[in-house]
Amino acid sequence: MTELDNLALRAALSRGVLTRRTAMAGGAGAIALALAACGSKGKNPTASGSGSAAPSAKAAQDMSDSEKLVNWSNWPEYIDVDDKTQARPTLVAFTKKTGIKVNYTEDYNDNDEFYAKVRPLLADGKDTGRDVWCSTDWMVARLIRQGYVQKFDLGNIPNHKNVDASLMDVEFDKGRLYSLPWQSGFAGIAYNPAATGGKKVESIDQLLTDPALKGKVTLLTEMRDTVGLVMMAMGKKLASFTDADFNAAIDELKKAKDAGQIKGFTGNEYTKPLASGDTAACMAWTGDVVQLQADNPKLGYVLPKTGATLWSDNFVIPAMAKHKKNAETLINYYYDPAVMAQVVDYVNYISPVQGTKEVLQKADPSVASNPLIIPDAATLANTQVFRGLTAAEETKYSAAFADLSAG
Amino acid sequence: MSSGSAVLPSAGRPPARRARVNWVPYALLLPGLLWLFVFFVVPMITLASQSLQEGDVDNGYTFTGNVAVYGQALQNYWPQLLRSIGYSATATVLALLLGYPLAYFIASRRGAWKNILLVLVIAPFFTSFLIRTLAWQTILADDYLPARFARAIHFTDLLQVLNLSENSSLLSSKFAVICGLTYNFLPFMILPLFTSLDRLDGRLLEAARDLYATPRETFRHITWPLSLPGVVAGTLLTFIPAAGDYINSKLLGNTQTVMIGQVIDAQFLRVLNYPLAAALSFVLLVLILSLVTAYVRRAGTEELV
Repeated sequence: MTELDNLALRAALSRGVLTRRTAMAGGAGAIALALAACGSKGKNPTASGSGSAAPSAKAAQDMSDSEKLVNWSNWPEYIDVDDKTQARPTLVAFTKKTGIKVNYTEDYNDNDEFYAKVRPLLADGKDTGRDVWCSTDWMVARLIRQGYVQKFDLGNIPNHKNVDASLMDVEFDKGRLYSLPWQSGFAGIAYNPAATGGKKVESIDQLLTDPALKGKVTLLTEMRDTVGLVMMAMGKKLASFTDADFNAAIDELKKAKDAGQIKGFTGNEYTKPLASGDTAACMAWTGDVVQLQADNPKLGYVLPKTGATLWSDNFVIPAMAKHKKNAETLINYYYDPAVMAQVVDYVNYISPVQGTKEVLQKADPSVASNPLIIPDAATLANTQVFRGLTAAEETKYSAAFADLSAG
Repeated sequence: MSSGSAVLPSAGRPPARRARVNWVPYALLLPGLLWLFVFFVVPMITLASQSLQEGDVDNGYTFTGNVAVYGQALQNYWPQLLRSIGYSATATVLALLLGYPLAYFIASRRGAWKNILLVLVIAPFFTSFLIRTLAWQTILADDYLPARFARAIHFTDLLQVLNLSENSSLLSSKFAVICGLTYNFLPFMILPLFTSLDRLDGRLLEAARDLYATPRETFRHITWPLSLPGVVAGTLLTFIPAAGDYINSKLLGNTQTVMIGQVIDAQFLRVLNYPLAAALSFVLLVLILSLVTAYVRRAGTEELV
């Protein structure tokens, strides 16, 4: 069945839009994907050990020394690119330095979609053909819970000491044994003053209720960002919220939806209507807006006083990866502040590496002084990370959110 | 409804078959049947089985024959199902109204013109479905001419009165979704219509004129009945994919225009409720099949095709 599943999946996914965080499988997608899920197994056979503790992922024999190669799947437009040659300078330098060739594939368009693609392989205990990829926090939590990702050998990643302390102690991966951050960003509110009549949009309440914005507001399909922002506006803590808090936020959102306030739920395709003014205000991610502001400096971006969500996309090494050591060498390389600075200068998200700021201050002061790229302590203190969910919670919450966003 | 068949001389009874079985046709059919089996029958069975399983992604799914999921699917998502049928039916009628005159026009051209016009009909297929739909986002955007013009002539007010739009925009409305569906599936309507109309025997029209039929009568008694196979094929080719489509409602609609495809996508990819997604797919399939069966019976295509 696997061959067939792959074909069906590829056909379904090939119609997706290739932008970061866009959520579109093809028209036949649902049916083709449902097929792919058929005959699903129980707990993954890659996992060794049983019981209630999270299973640990099985390792393949490491071919790193004989094959100087690493396969890295990442989000589109998420690494530095030389505009003239279309080469990726930091990857070229890595290969020159270590002799390890990097197969860099931009096939990670959406957490859910990517998961649907690799899950059948991981569940069958097969190699996914990838040695490392970058998943968002909550997806990392799920992958760890299901035993689909391997523990790092931190001995191969001495530079991990450069990772920002605030990102090292995360609830879903205590001590960062399985995952290390690649880039981070905030979700906040973006608005186009031309479409709001010059009005500022500064709070979630205003976004959901201001009649001036009626029918011109978009929210995010990422449940953790949308519901997270609303829960924070209701004074709840994202690290410790309860079922009741979550449901209260859903009710609040439902009220706004039924009132016709909300136009839609989007991945990062909110950028075009925001720039054109068809969307007056929306929930938005930092890196996107920084790039939009380069063309239209009038666009406003606000991290609500009640709190913004902070998320990271993280390196993980999947079970049965063939070049684990090479992947670790690659991760180590990017935790050199000089290397990370090159990436951040291009992608405009937040660097997880200490010392990036100092390098950027010399190389590109305009980027270094942008608080959305190099946030200060006060900004960071105003952000929260959505807590990890149990399998039952995840099912319950995402069902409630799906009925809101697509129901 | 079907005076078409009376026009042609009926063929005599076919000669009695010889008793020996000829295997060649079956051998020729084999690849097609295999294809159907692997890519249609097997998926259908797995889909049906999936819909009757229970469990979750972490612990796997086991077959329990849980029929209740169909009740749940219908009870929770009947509005989206009905909406999908309504939108696609409207789009089909619009496509027929737009497509018929165009197909007739193309069929009545001579030589090179005909080919050029046909290529123009097919031309949109050279770009991806998604890109074409995204282009509509731009076309209907607030700041562009169509929306401004629509506001100037109070067309947008009319849309609001008809409950086809929520505000003074064209985009993000029922109107936009139905327009998108009509546009995207229009070629599937035009091509079969063209094929039917192109085969129309001009001598029949001449004969009608000789018998003092008005153009309207000629259309009613000759052209329309003879083009019915094209009409039936075109409406089916438009209605069926439009009912399952969700790109148009996702990109051009708002939170009140969600179609069933969007629900299936969300249940499958985000909620990971595979049984419910499978059940919804099946419900949609059965619904479309029964509507199509009723329609084809009424249209009486057995005699026409």
